[in-house]
Amino acid sequence: MQMYDLPDSKGHFGPYGGVFVAETLIHALDELRTQYEALRNDPAFVAEFEHELKHYVGRPSPVYHAKRLSQKAGGAQIWLKREDLNHTGAHKINNTMGQALVARHMGKKRIIAETGAGQHGVASATVAARFGMECVVYMGSEDIHRQAQNVYRMKLLGASVVPVESGSRTLKDALNEAMRDWVTNVEGTFYIIGTVAGPHPYPMMVRDFNSVVGRELLTQMPDVLGRQPDAILACVGGGSNAMGAFYPYIPHTDVRLIGVEAGGLGLATGKHAATLCAGTPGVLHGNRTYLMQDANGQIIETHSISAGLDYPGVGPEHAWLKDTGRAEYVSVTDDEALEAFHMMCRLEGIIPALESSHAVAHAVKMARDMSSDKVLLVNLSGRGDKDMATVAERSGLTL
Amino acid sequence: MSRISATFEKLQAAGRKALIPFVTAGDPDNASAVPIMHTLVAAGANIIELGVPFSDPMADGPTIQRSSERALKNGTSLRDVLGFVTEFRTRDSETPVVLMGYANPIEAMGYDAFADAAAEAGVDGVLVVDYPPEESEPLTMKLRHRGIDSIFLLSPTSMEARMDGVARLASGYVYYVSLKGVTGAANIDLTEVSERIPQIRSRVNLPIGVGFGIRDGATARAIAGVSDAVVIGSRLVQEIESSPPEALLENLHRLVSEIRQAMDA
Ligand SMILES: Cc1ncc(COP(=O)(O)O)c(C=O)c1O
Repeated sequence: MQMYDLPDSKGHFGPYGGVFVAETLIHALDELRTQYEALRNDPAFVAEFEHELKHYVGRPSPVYHAKRLSQKAGGAQIWLKREDLNHTGAHKINNTMGQALVARHMGKKRIIAETGAGQHGVASATVAARFGMECVVYMGSEDIHRQAQNVYRMKLLGASVVPVESGSRTLKDALNEAMRDWVTNVEGTFYIIGTVAGPHPYPMMVRDFNSVVGRELLTQMPDVLGRQPDAILACVGGGSNAMGAFYPYIPHTDVRLIGVEAGGLGLATGKHAATLCAGTPGVLHGNRTYLMQDANGQIIETHSISAGLDYPGVGPEHAWLKDTGRAEYVSVTDDEALEAFHMMCRLEGIIPALESSHAVAHAVKMARDMSSDKVLLVNLSGRGDKDMATVAERSGLTL
Repeated sequence: MSRISATFEKLQAAGRKALIPFVTAGDPDNASAVPIMHTLVAAGANIIELGVPFSDPMADGPTIQRSSERALKNGTSLRDVLGFVTEFRTRDSETPVVLMGYANPIEAMGYDAFADAAAEAGVDGVLVVDYPPEESEPLTMKLRHRGIDSIFLLSPTSMEARMDGVARLASGYVYYVSLKGVTGAANIDLTEVSERIPQIRSRVNLPIGVGFGIRDGATARAIAGVSDAVVIGSRLVQEIESSPPEALLENLHRLVSEIRQAMDA
């Protein structure tokens, strides 16, 4: 096994990552980094986190052989890591639980978060309620219209949802606005970033909290299968569910790691969010990574049927894994993801999140050309309850 | 000696402080960019901070965000901004121009191409909001090599070790951001500023400009009393936003003159 010890002390994954923020935020990030470095090596903190994951989140999540889906694909076995069964319905809570505990240790009583689809907002509002903290969620006004149900869930959980009217009024602008809140209220406020992006230490911290997924897989797969899978697939928006599944497997070089991005209407149309497949390196939201940008370095609007993948950046560690070849990145269109969504419903009785459906779609594609002794493990990052309106609309229905 | 240092020396000899207006290039339109710059100088500006519009201005409040959005609607790119400086230089070879903006447009152009083009256009300083000293050395060295100053921010939360880091790379002047928050957010705390400036002076041997939250002549005057330069951004951008096109230059001239007079009184 080869050594993998990234990021370095300044948050770099090769040329990617780092701390690209205004001076006004440096002190807060230094403080967070120092605290987190201490906590991640503190057995009492780790035990506290694991206790919450077990008793509140409902971990470990099972692995499940999707036999009818595999049969339909015809070829390799498709297995699922059931992150959809977590409390609040996605992997997002692994991270928000971890960061809420860090916030508590730092004595912060106010939580802020950005959200696109609303899943991370809901997961943040949930842990804030659990620990009695104030919670403010920034959400693009476009997304508020698209995800009305999650907005209501956040409000039920006691959070306030602030509409963001700047820029493209979507996830990236919500992140900008959360950063602006943080820089203004830096003393009492903890910013829970929802994916493996942002300035150091966020990409590392969010990866660490989500890597419970990959650690469970490392023991679950030999238990149920007698060996590790041939490949792990995960959808990539910012990349937190993928990083969580991939990270513990990086030294296991015989396991292929495959990130599936949102191909939207197709890469050729330009209307997609396949940042690693079609973007170029640059600096946004505190780190250097691949971005969807124009020739002048302006960030361009992305498109995906799944709001959770609709982001013009991607976690810097994925950029590094791509360049080094340790992970592969592909894209799947809206239509392909929808088809996989319906297959999952009909063949497995599982309604997956549209985000996760991208990874399923690629697994089905791959499986066809592989023999039945091969195993593809899909990280099923979330369930699709939140996507009912979107899917119904696609079928010409209004709920 | 750089144009920026020469400017500060001349002002110091005359017992005056620098007035540094910030405007976003391309707001309200590209045709106004150079006339606005000349107007600022005519009204008493000593250095111009020219904002390079960016799609995601994370450190800016609503006023400058909107100005950036207007400029981007006009299609203003970093190359256009460099073109404005070139044109400005045909009539003004004295007033330093500092480009202020975010990293990505520079990353997209490439460090060498940017540094060459900036030097050729007659840019004197560059302030990249999201390049703290830790990440800025490669660009800073290329700019220094071409005689362009790198301007850095210091904030109320910058500890002394960070001031040393800034001192190592900065030239021209340093920019003390006087409040926690984004541009245009609130009013400045004069007591806090007067306590911090001597602390910065003891570690950074450069003129100190103060900005964020200065909105009128009286405040500018008070800040000038404890620093070397006063930076005014959101208030001017607001004036640009609210002025009808035909009154734009006149309104800007009046506002900057008032501030200048208050500082000199
Ligand atoms: C179920 C689900 N999967 C994936 C994502 C994408 O995020 P990431 O790439 O960080 O896992 C989201 C984001 O909202 C999500 O809700």
